[in-house]
Amino acid sequence: MKVTLFIPCFVDACYPKVGLSMVQILEKLGHTIDFPDEIACCGQPAFNSGYWDEARAVALPVLKRLRDSEKIVIASGSCGAMLKVFYKELFEKTEYAQEARDLSEKCHEFTDFLVNVLGVTDLGARFPHKVTMHDGCHGLRELKTGKLPPRKLLANVRDLDLIEMEEAETCCGFGGTFAAKFPMISTAMGDVKCASALETHADYIVSNDSSCLMHLQGLIDRQGKPVRTIHIAEILNS
Amino acid sequence: MITFVKEFKKQATRLTGDLRHRSLIQTALKKYEVIRGAKQAKFQDWQVARQAAAETKWEAINHLDKYLLEFSQKLEARGTHVHWATTPEQARNIILKIVRDKKARSIIKSKAMTAEEIHLNGALEQAGFEVVESDLGEYIVQLRHEAPYHIVFPAMHLSRGEISDLFQRELGSAPTDNPEELTMIARRALRNKYITADVGITGTNFAIAETGMVSITENEGNARLTAALPKTMISLLGIEKVLPRLEDLALFLPMLATAGAGQAITGYNTMYGGPRQPGECDGPEEFHVVLLDNKRTFLLADAEQRDALHCIRCGACLNVCPIYRNVGGHTYGTTYQGPIGSVITPHLRGLQDWKHLSNASSLCGACTETCPVKINLHHHLLQNRRNAVSQQPVWWEKLAFKGFAFLVNRPWLYDLGKKLGRIGQVFHPIVKGTVFDPARNWTRTRELPELAPQSFHELWKERK
Repeated sequence: MKVTLFIPCFVDACYPKVGLSMVQILEKLGHTIDFPDEIACCGQPAFNSGYWDEARAVALPVLKRLRDSEKIVIASGSCGAMLKVFYKELFEKTEYAQEARDLSEKCHEFTDFLVNVLGVTDLGARFPHKVTMHDGCHGLRELKTGKLPPRKLLANVRDLDLIEMEEAETCCGFGGTFAAKFPMISTAMGDVKCASALETHADYIVSNDSSCLMHLQGLIDRQGKPVRTIHIAEILNS
Repeated sequence: MITFVKEFKKQATRLTGDLRHRSLIQTALKKYEVIRGAKQAKFQDWQVARQAAAETKWEAINHLDKYLLEFSQKLEARGTHVHWATTPEQARNIILKIVRDKKARSIIKSKAMTAEEIHLNGALEQAGFEVVESDLGEYIVQLRHEAPYHIVFPAMHLSRGEISDLFQRELGSAPTDNPEELTMIARRALRNKYITADVGITGTNFAIAETGMVSITENEGNARLTAALPKTMISLLGIEKVLPRLEDLALFLPMLATAGAGQAITGYNTMYGGPRQPGECDGPEEFHVVLLDNKRTFLLADAEQRDALHCIRCGACLNVCPIYRNVGGHTYGTTYQGPIGSVITPHLRGLQDWKHLSNASSLCGACTETCPVKINLHHHLLQNRRNAVSQQPVWWEKLAFKGFAFLVNRPWLYDLGKKLGRIGQVFHPIVKGTVFDPARNWTRTRELPELAPQSFHELWKERK
């Protein structure tokens, strides 16, 4: 299958290895990757801040570029929610309303795509570490992919020990521009998350969303906490 | 306008730094989550129950004209005085007139967030009446001259020790940290107030159109005494409280108890259909129902957010909200705190003054997921943000997002931006955390992610 890979701006700039891991995994499974390299962002920062005209200016080229894609895999639950859920709202009552609805049908978050579309749960990976899973809010509650896809994949990773934290479904506090507008609340939320992860004595916090991990890693680095963050694609590609 | 957002940020900074406070709230709300989960499991299917409740409220709210009329006519038929108030001022004046006509001296009151909304106690006290809150939590915050901290648990921010100190100071009681003894102290102080009160004021949980009845739910029996002992009873309610049929309570009473407090059913559930009828041995001689609009009809006119009127004030969205759990109830500065407050306050009190509450959310959606009547809470926060911007954009934000759109739509410029970013990153430590740091809101508490030496775009090109 020809799979269009959507790489969000922060994955592109800060975590290219996450994107590469996805490419390698999908190619290993026999699929061809289409990477639309003229696309940089889904427009979510403007959308979430209320600037819908500016968000549309970014979203429209994305909508047009992905028009003919067969399946679109998005390397983040958050940007996935933007494409799959919020484009429909953004383009409601415009001439692109139907196109946004069509696009929505083709969009999948990475782990959802592996498990629910391809039916793959074992990628032959080995990762000899203790990990705890953070469910990104957008993947969990907007895309409604549920908690199972990433866990099914992790369950088949050799020598990996998944220890669930109490606050797995609690927001990490990132929230895009929220983290800069209300840093005190955002940081407090991140602290709650980190404390819960540390209780498990895991070596890694794993997630299917790099944006959450970016926030948590920022806190961990500042506070020198004994845990690291890693995207699930990197584990599955190891 | 600036004061509300400044005050919010000031209080949020203070309370997120207060680890004792955060731990108190989080411990209490985690306990709630556990018992609520257990009670939800007793429903045959909680998700189906939510859907049914949402549909019933949809029916009620979308035919409010019909159901409100039916409600008031049925009440009036049994001798109740029904009053319609468009504004908080009108509602206060209606109630003031009733208590003056009755030549009342003291008033006993059970829990009513609508009364908080119209600042009823202040108005009554200013007019020379004594008002005593009879709900234990409300009584405690009244003694502290504070607003309720939570729409369901008004005094949840206080430890037993703090309540004991308060009672010692205000009521002259002996120190204790036994919850039952503390309750008994308040109970002794309140009993006399019920007997001497001339007027009892209550809130309302549901207004049943079919039978013309006011349904009140409580755990302490205080609302029953408030309604039964004084000669005059006044019930205040927002117009959105209507339910079409009596049988709807079969769903809504257990649902409110479960979502609100993790109870299968609340301790006391009472319905009031009018003043004492001939041949009846108890009940008030006079019964007044005050229906409050206070801009709810504006919300009704907003098709996108109309479902916010479904709210049954259970407080479940506050309980699961990670923002509420870290900043607490008073920080909001509103009658209704948490996600539902952030959604409706801009409608009730002005979008530009209260839009910051819609911005103060990570949009995690825990509120929407838990809401028993399926209000699309966190999407309404997004809509409030959009509405605030289209009404009055912030010029520098508008400019920034225009620049952002210009940048990301031009691959060469975006690539250049990343290259410049990598150079900037080398020099960033010089200004990091200072007022010259453009990322200071992030870097005060967190490290910035490092830009990779090669972006995915670059790696992809090489690969090909």
